[in-house]
Amino acid sequence: MTAVPLRAAAAPPHRLPVAVVAIGLALLLAVAALASLSLGASGLLPWEVILRDTTPAERAILFDIRLPRLILGVLVGAALAVSGALMQGLFRNPLADPGLVGVGAGAGLGAVIAIVLGGLLPVTNRAMLGAYLVPVFAFAGGWAAVLILYRVASLRGQTSIATMLLAGIVLGALAGAVTGILIFVADDNQLRDLTFWGLGSLAGANWTKLAAAAPILIAGLAAAPFLARGLDAMALGEGVAQHMGVPVETVKRGAILSVAAMTGAAVAVSGGIGFLGIVVPHILRLAVGPGHRLLLPLAALFGAALLVAADTVARLAVAPAELPIGIIMALIGAPVFLWILLARRAVLEV
Amino acid sequence: MIRPALIGLALLLAQPALAQERVLSIGGAVSETVAALGQEARLVARDTTTTYPPALTALPDVGYMRQLSPEGVLSVGPDLILMAEGAGPPETLATLRAAGIAMVEVPEGHTPGAVQEKIRVIAAALGVDEAGAALADQLGAEIAAATAQATAEPGPKPRVLFILGNSGGRLTGAGTGTSAEAMIALAGGVNALEGFAGYKALSDEAIAAAAPDVLLVMDRGAGDTSEGVSDDRDYLTHPAIAATPAGREARVVRMEGMFLLGFGPRTAEAITALHAALYPKAP
Repeated sequence: MTAVPLRAAAAPPHRLPVAVVAIGLALLLAVAALASLSLGASGLLPWEVILRDTTPAERAILFDIRLPRLILGVLVGAALAVSGALMQGLFRNPLADPGLVGVGAGAGLGAVIAIVLGGLLPVTNRAMLGAYLVPVFAFAGGWAAVLILYRVASLRGQTSIATMLLAGIVLGALAGAVTGILIFVADDNQLRDLTFWGLGSLAGANWTKLAAAAPILIAGLAAAPFLARGLDAMALGEGVAQHMGVPVETVKRGAILSVAAMTGAAVAVSGGIGFLGIVVPHILRLAVGPGHRLLLPLAALFGAALLVAADTVARLAVAPAELPIGIIMALIGAPVFLWILLARRAVLEV
Repeated sequence: MIRPALIGLALLLAQPALAQERVLSIGGAVSETVAALGQEARLVARDTTTTYPPALTALPDVGYMRQLSPEGVLSVGPDLILMAEGAGPPETLATLRAAGIAMVEVPEGHTPGAVQEKIRVIAAALGVDEAGAALADQLGAEIAAATAQATAEPGPKPRVLFILGNSGGRLTGAGTGTSAEAMIALAGGVNALEGFAGYKALSDEAIAAAAPDVLLVMDRGAGDTSEGVSDDRDYLTHPAIAATPAGREARVVRMEGMFLLGFGPRTAEAITALHAALYPKAP
């Protein structure tokens, strides 16, 4: 695997002016957000709530269903796209995604444990956690996986990215095996729940979930820009970055922890939504180049816009039922991405 | 942040208990019961598992019962949601409750008593208690009669292996505590699988040890050619099945899943049908 797309020195033949890209993405997000507030199975329009006397159920559609869902979509979309960009910078590999630090496998195992074994908890604990059992377990599982990997890969204050990658694969296999055992003992309904969880959805968004996930997602997003300079320097190699005065270990630790926090929280509230973390940074690198200082904020904008748009499609496609958002992301995203790859093959060189 | 929950609750409490006229039914057996009570005109929507009576499939489908979307449910404008136990997810139910919509959970169960209880709960929610009591009593008597006839058959009871699915030669069978086991017992058979609970993938050895006399398989209705629905031959040529009494005598009984396992108002009919299939009269 070459690191061509990340090499800061690579001459960009078809870059777009940054201001154009930024304004374009902001507009895209604004349009997607407006659509997300305006479109849904019920056909209720947001201004109706002001213009006419609405029922409590109608107000609930706008303020308790669409609004928290929009905000959650923005944060989760931004977090997944930025996590992808951070991972690709950290591993110096355009195919890296948050799955490499074990968050996905750990969170998946946590969710499976909650779905299959949740019924075994004492009634008092179950009543306390209730609907939040799966998100809480998924987040805890994601974090536990990252901490184990980080511990394994760190020796005398140095974190080996290669060891982390290998250990991540091994831990993924282990989590997969435990998940397999639980799938074996799961009943029919639990299997259904597992399948839907894996396909991801923002349909469960509400203010409680948002209040729990938002601080973590926002903290991760806020930390990302501080890593940009370090990741740019590390694209030239850790040794070179060290000589340039970049605190390499701090950057690594910061990137791993913020990715773990963001992905863990995102997966916990929305299930398995793939694809954003790879596609968004790729398309943006083609447009504005590989520098992280531009890439990270633009990835946040683009990721948010795409997820909000996909979520709007998810709830309209088979209304009043709903499609899992993972299906929409892959169904629309994959052909577009393939087309970009074909059109820009000469530039991309991967 | 606006709290429609309180407003909704206040409205709900302020009004006298009126019969709700826009009912959303979640769960195949729940919808069947609403129809059996003659109240299907009050239904405005259904879930994916509602397939009988066939006229109900013309109603809007709000999705799979465990994966409901809050806005999807609200968009059909229900004032009462009747839902089978296990409907969800819980977040969606919480949002709907907050929006002030009346919800009644219908308990599940695999006994004749549970079927009657289901009917009574649904009838009470719809305000037709008398019709509910009548239907429950009538169905209770029918089930008792069908079961009495089925269990009075002389001779050894046939060992029945219920197969839920067949994915690439891996069969999933019904163990103890399943709705399939309950139906087999009510229809005068014996579940051939013992020693594990729930629906599990079967090893060839487990199939041989079960030694079923009859295979009971799900049929998803005429003309269904979707994946997983197989022809009798797919089962009979399965090496482990072929060596069992059911395989040697090619005894495969097909029944539609919701009819057989719904434990709704068609339960007595299903018991009679399964009984007839398990004890074929000599020609």
